[in-house]
Amino acid sequence: MSKPAQTQRAARDRVGRQLAVALLGVAFGIIIVKSQVASWFRINAMFRFEEFHMYGVILSAIAVAMLSVRLIAALGVRTIDGEAVVIAAKPADHGQWIGGFIFGCGWALTGACPGPLYAQLGAVGPVVLITLFSALAGAWLYGRWRPHLLH
Amino acid sequence: MAALLSSPWPWYVAGPLIGLMVPALLLISNRFFGISSSFRHACAALWPAGIAYFDYDWKQEVWNLWFVGGIVVGGWLTAHGLGSPAPLLPLQWLGWPGVLSWQGLLMSVGGGLLIGFGTRYAGGCTGGHAIAGLATLQRPSLVATLAFFAGGLSVTWLVLPLITGSAS
Repeated sequence: MSKPAQTQRAARDRVGRQLAVALLGVAFGIIIVKSQVASWFRINAMFRFEEFHMYGVILSAIAVAMLSVRLIAALGVRTIDGEAVVIAAKPADHGQWIGGFIFGCGWALTGACPGPLYAQLGAVGPVVLITLFSALAGAWLYGRWRPHLLH
Repeated sequence: MAALLSSPWPWYVAGPLIGLMVPALLLISNRFFGISSSFRHACAALWPAGIAYFDYDWKQEVWNLWFVGGIVVGGWLTAHGLGSPAPLLPLQWLGWPGVLSWQGLLMSVGGGLLIGFGTRYAGGCTGGHAIAGLATLQRPSLVATLAFFAGGLSVTWLVLPLITGSAS
């Protein structure tokens, strides 16, 4: 294969890959709207212990994800590129409890964690951009103040 | 079939499907499920402002922006094609024009700022910590998930009643 053809194929691969990821996102968006995981009322009912729905979603998602990851490890399944699967380690510092508490407050106010926020933008409309741009501003402020925060 | 598509999906359908996002992303692009990183990448792409936290090659992480773009499309498709009768948001505060009331601004702008700041400080959100992190038995994710609920419970029981003027 000539060099330009290889480069073209690599570029097509990249686009194909991102489109596959985008389609997964579409599926995720449909799932969280159809199951009302992206609903303010469901989040509120969860925090008020009025419904099992959200707990069922989160717990069964964890169980299926855990089983899948273990199967991948046990069977030595590789990625479509033939790479070994890498599980990224989450950071471990004071951010998990301080930042976690701060995010939890926002979760209850907006009735959305980040995934549902994007789904609400599509399902409800541009009014959700107010919340989304505020979230971007919050992330930006975190980056700006990071050197002064306890980690 | 039509009834299945138009009625809300139960948790035992939605939860496992959400869980499958974790292996799907690993096998397609060897990436660990997470959504709040998209805020960081968007900041790095739009307005890095010389801040160290945004000084990295965000194009290496562009999959995350494709994923969240897909979520927006999925939300739109569901609302406009698959039928989603129940409203997702309390529109008296989070729809036009209620969002411009002090209650609406506190919930949207206030809540949004806390989501962006908190998820990045914690290094993940419900997706990356509570689902993917707990599924891989990562201790920091357990701390984060407990903190998410501590914050959410505090606001739901102590702050929301003041905003909504009732037990909502």
